Amino acid sequence: MGEESATNGSAPAQRHAIGISFGNSNSSIALTVEDKAEVIANEDGDRQIPSVLSYVDGEEYNGQQAKAQLVRNSQNTVAYFRDFLGQEFKSIDPTHNHASAHPIAFESTVAFEIQDKEGDEKSTVTVSEITTRHLKRLVQSASDFSGKSINSAVITVPTNFSESQKVALIKAAKDAGLEVLQLINEPIAALLAYDARPESKVADKIVVVADLGGTRSDVAVVASRGGMYTILATAHDFDFAGVHLDKVLEDHFAKEFIKWNTTDPRTIPRSYAKLKLEAEACKKSLSIGTNASFSIESLAEGADFASTINRLRYETIGRKVFEGFNRLIEGVVKKAGLDVLDIDEVILSGGTSHTPKIANNMRSIFPETTTILAPSTTPTAINPSELQARGAALQASLIESFEAEDIEQSTHPAVTTVKHLTNAVGVLAITGDETKGVFTPVIVAETAVPARRTIHINAPPAGGDVLIKVVEGGSHIKVTQIEKTAEEKEADAEDSDVDSDEEPEEKREKIWKIGKVLAEAAIKDVKKGGKVEVMINIAGDLAVTITAREVGGKGGVRGNLSAA
Amino acid sequence: MASHNTVTLPLPVLPEGWSAEKDFKALGSLSAATQRTIEPVGPHFLAHARRARHKRTFSEDDRIQAQENVKKIEDDDAGEISEPEDPSMLLRDPKDWKGQDHYAVLGLSKYRYKASEEQIKRAHRKKVLKHHPDKKAAQGSTEDDGFFKCIQKATETLLDPVKRRQFDSVDEKAEVEPPSKKQATGDKYYKLWSSVFKAEGRFSNNQPVPKFGDANSTQEDVEAFYNFFYNFDSWRSFEYLDETVPDDGESRDQKRHQERKNNNARKKRKTEDAARLRKLLDDVSASDERIKKFMKQKNAAKNAKKAEKEAAEKKAIEDAKAKKEADEKAAKEAEEKAKADREQGKKAKEAAKNAVKKNKRVLKSSVKDANYFATGDASAAVIDSVLNDVDLVISKEDPDEIAALAAKLTGLKVAGEIKGAWTAEVTRLVGAGKLKDGEAKFLV
Repeated sequence: MGEESATNGSAPAQRHAIGISFGNSNSSIALTVEDKAEVIANEDGDRQIPSVLSYVDGEEYNGQQAKAQLVRNSQNTVAYFRDFLGQEFKSIDPTHNHASAHPIAFESTVAFEIQDKEGDEKSTVTVSEITTRHLKRLVQSASDFSGKSINSAVITVPTNFSESQKVALIKAAKDAGLEVLQLINEPIAALLAYDARPESKVADKIVVVADLGGTRSDVAVVASRGGMYTILATAHDFDFAGVHLDKVLEDHFAKEFIKWNTTDPRTIPRSYAKLKLEAEACKKSLSIGTNASFSIESLAEGADFASTINRLRYETIGRKVFEGFNRLIEGVVKKAGLDVLDIDEVILSGGTSHTPKIANNMRSIFPETTTILAPSTTPTAINPSELQARGAALQASLIESFEAEDIEQSTHPAVTTVKHLTNAVGVLAITGDETKGVFTPVIVAETAVPARRTIHINAPPAGGDVLIKVVEGGSHIKVTQIEKTAEEKEADAEDSDVDSDEEPEEKREKIWKIGKVLAEAAIKDVKKGGKVEVMINIAGDLAVTITAREVGGKGGVRGNLSAA
Repeated sequence: MASHNTVTLPLPVLPEGWSAEKDFKALGSLSAATQRTIEPVGPHFLAHARRARHKRTFSEDDRIQAQENVKKIEDDDAGEISEPEDPSMLLRDPKDWKGQDHYAVLGLSKYRYKASEEQIKRAHRKKVLKHHPDKKAAQGSTEDDGFFKCIQKATETLLDPVKRRQFDSVDEKAEVEPPSKKQATGDKYYKLWSSVFKAEGRFSNNQPVPKFGDANSTQEDVEAFYNFFYNFDSWRSFEYLDETVPDDGESRDQKRHQERKNNNARKKRKTEDAARLRKLLDDVSASDERIKKFMKQKNAAKNAKKAEKEAAEKKAIEDAKAKKEADEKAAKEAEEKAKADREQGKKAKEAAKNAVKKNKRVLKSSVKDANYFATGDASAAVIDSVLNDVDLVISKEDPDEIAALAAKLTGLKVAGEIKGAWTAEVTRLVGAGKLKDGEAKFLV
C-alpha cells in the first residue's frame, strides 16, 4: 500500500487518530486510550453505526436514524454503498439497494439521485460524496467523544479491495478532512485486536479469520509468525451473509402472515422494509436468547403481526445458509493447501458471527486443539462486531507518531514482500526408540525471513555428548481408522446422541516428515539433566546461522549455511 | 523473538566416531522459498520494517531497542517523587485543607505549578500506597486516616484544572520575593529578577512569557519584556481565599452578604495584585541598567545627530558669508575698473576728438594751403564746394583714416601733392565703397 502519500500528511504531533471499520452495512469507530482500544458509541448510543444516510427536507440523518427511514423515505435513503466506491457502474451489484435509493451510472462512477436539499429538486450525489458525508459523521462522533478534533485514521478494507477502490476511499476520506494513515485488511485488523490483548502471547500459528458481515462474507487464512501476518488464502462470498439469514426469517414470517391474511407483505415495499428491519432485530435477539418475538404494527392491510420463534427452529430453517458458511470456510482452508488440523485458531468476526450456530459448526469442523474465538464458544472472546475497528485503532496508535513518509516507506512492497519458508526447519529429538529421530520444528513453514527462533531442548538424562541434527521437515495428515475402546463405547452410550452412529471413527493426525538434512553439530559434555539451547537465524537471503550451546554453559557451537 | 520454546524430548547421543571441525558440519541449504506479502500491520511488523529499513540484524536491533528502552526508564525515574515528609505535615487536620500545601502533601514541592498531571497522578499513587489507612491498620498502628484524607484532598484539588488554578493563584511558596537593591547588584541582578518574573509569568494567559534576559539582551527583547508585563493578562484569581459561605440554607441573607463580601474581596485582591505587579515593574525598570544603557545610546545618537546638524548649519552660514564677501569684493572691483575704464575712455575719446579736430583742421587747412586746388584766387563757390567735399570725405572716414590722411597731408605745401593725396584718398574711399563715384569730384 503505497498511496498514503496521496493525502498530505499532517505533522505527527497534531494527529489525533482513530480506527474506522467502514462496512457495507455497519461502520464502527474505535479509539486507543492507554494501549487499549475501545469502540465508541455515536450520539445515538450505537457502537454499530449503520452505514446509511437519509435526507428529509434537507436534513441529514445517519446511522440507526437513517436506517429507520428505509420504511418511510426509502428513495432518499442511501445504504450499502461502500462496495460501490471507486467502481464503475457495470461492475457493481445493486441487489441490496432495491429497497433504498437506487444507484445510477454517473460519469465514470456510481451515484445516487436523491433529494438531499430542501425543495423538490433532486440532486445527483456520487458515491464518493456519500462516503465523505458518512465519514464526516463518524469523525464528528469520535471528536465529540474524545474532545479532540480527529484528523487522521486507519481504515479497514476487505482483502479484495482494488487499488482504485482504495484510492477512491482515501480521496473520500480526505474530503471529509481525514488523513488516512493506512488502509489495513479487515482480517488482519481482527487478528491484531486479539493479539494485542495483554494475555495473548506471540506464537507461530495459522489463523482462519472469518468475517461474516451483512452483505458479504470474507474468509482469510493467515499465517501469524512471531506477530507478523501473511495471508495465505482468501475467499469472498456474497451469497451467504447476514442478509440471507434475515431473508430466512422474513420468508418464515411472511408465510405465517399469509396464513391469516391475504396479502404477501413482501410484495408491498413499505411492508417489506418493515419485515426486513424486524427480521434483523429478531435475528440479533436469537443470538442472545433462545427465544425471540417478532412483532410489527400494521404490517400489511393495516393488520398487526406478532409471533415468536425459538433458536432451534431458526437454525433448522437457516440450515442452508449455515452450511454455506461451513463450505466457505472449509474451502478456503483447502485453498491455502492446508488441513483443518493445521489451523490453530479460528476468529469469527463481523456482526453475523454472533450467531451461536456458526461458532458451533466451526467447533465441529475443526479439531479440539483449535481455538474458536467467538462469543458463544469462548467466553473471553471480543465482540466480533468490534474486532476490526479495534484492530484499526491499535494500528492507528502504533503509527500515529510516524511521519507520513515513514509510513509509506515501511509499507512499501520492498519491505513487505519477503521470502517465506516452504518447509519447517527443526532439530531431531528422540523418543524411547533411540534410532529414530522425531522432528521438532524450530521455525515453521510460511515464516517470513529474516526470522530467528530459539528452543531449549533436553539433553539425554545421562548427559554427555549430544548430536544436534538440523533438518527440514514437512507435515502430512495421517488417517487411521481406530477401533473404539470399551471405555469410549461406554462414554458414547452415556451421551448417546450425536456420535453414536456405527461408522468407524477416523483418527487424523498431523505427522512430520523429515526432509533434507541441513547441518549437524555436536555439544560435548552436557551436564546431567542439562538443556541445550538451539538458535536458528535465517537471513533474508535464506542463509542460515545455527548457534547451539548448553543452557548456562559457555562457548557453544556456531555454524553458517550459505544460501542455495 | 527473545522468548524460546521448550522441548521436553531429549536430543540424541552423539554417535561414536562423529567428528567435525569446530563440531559443526554443514550438509545442505534451505529449499527455495516462496515470495509472499506480509501484512504491514502490528507491532511486530513495525519491528520488521525498522530492521529492514535500517538494515539491522536481529541482534543489532535488539541492542538498539534495549538502549532506547533503558533511556525511557531513566526518563521515568527522573520524574520519581522522593521527598522527605515533614512529620508535622503528617499530623495535619484534613478539615483545614485550605491551609495545606497540596504540593508538599504529594511530595511535589520542587515542581509546584510546573508539575504535570502525570506527575501528580504518579505522586498520588505513591502516597496512597504508603499512607492508605488499611495498610497502616495492617501494620498495627492506629487507624488514623487524617493524612490520607489530606492526600485525597490535595489530589482532588490539583487534578481539577479550575481548582488547581485557584490554588496556584494563592500558592505563596511558588512566589519569588523581589530582591532588594542591595542584593540585586551586578550579574546577580539579572539572575534574581529573572526568577521573579519567571514566577510571575505563570499567571499569564498568554504563553510563552518573554524572558527577563541578561545584560546582553537586545533592545527589542527588553522592550518586548516590559511591554508584555505592563500589559499583563493574568488568570490569577482569589477564590481560594474566600471565606466559607454558610451552606445551611436558613440564613439566605447572610449567605448573600458573605458572597458579596467574597466577591468584593476577590476584586480588591485582583486590583491589588495588578498594582503590585505594576510597582514591581516600575521598581525594576528604574534600576534596570539596560534601559539606562539604551537611553544613553539613544541620547548619544541623538546628540551626535544634533551636533552634526549644527556643524552643517554653521558651515552653511560661513560658506554663505564668504561667498557674499567674495561677491561684494568682485562687484566693487568690477565697478572700480569700470570707472577707471570709463575715465580712461573719456580721456581717450577727448584726445581722439581733439586729434580728429586737429586732423580735420589739418585737412581743411591743407585744401586752403593748396588754394582750394584753384589757380589764382579761388572763387567762393569753389571754396565752398571744395570744403563741402572735404567735409564729405571727413564724414565718411573714421578718426584713424582721418589721422592717416592728416599725417599724409601734414608737411605738404605744394598744391599738386596735396591734391594727389586727396585724390588718392577719394579713390581709396570709392574703392572701399564709402564714396560713390562722382562724389567729392572737386578733390580729384
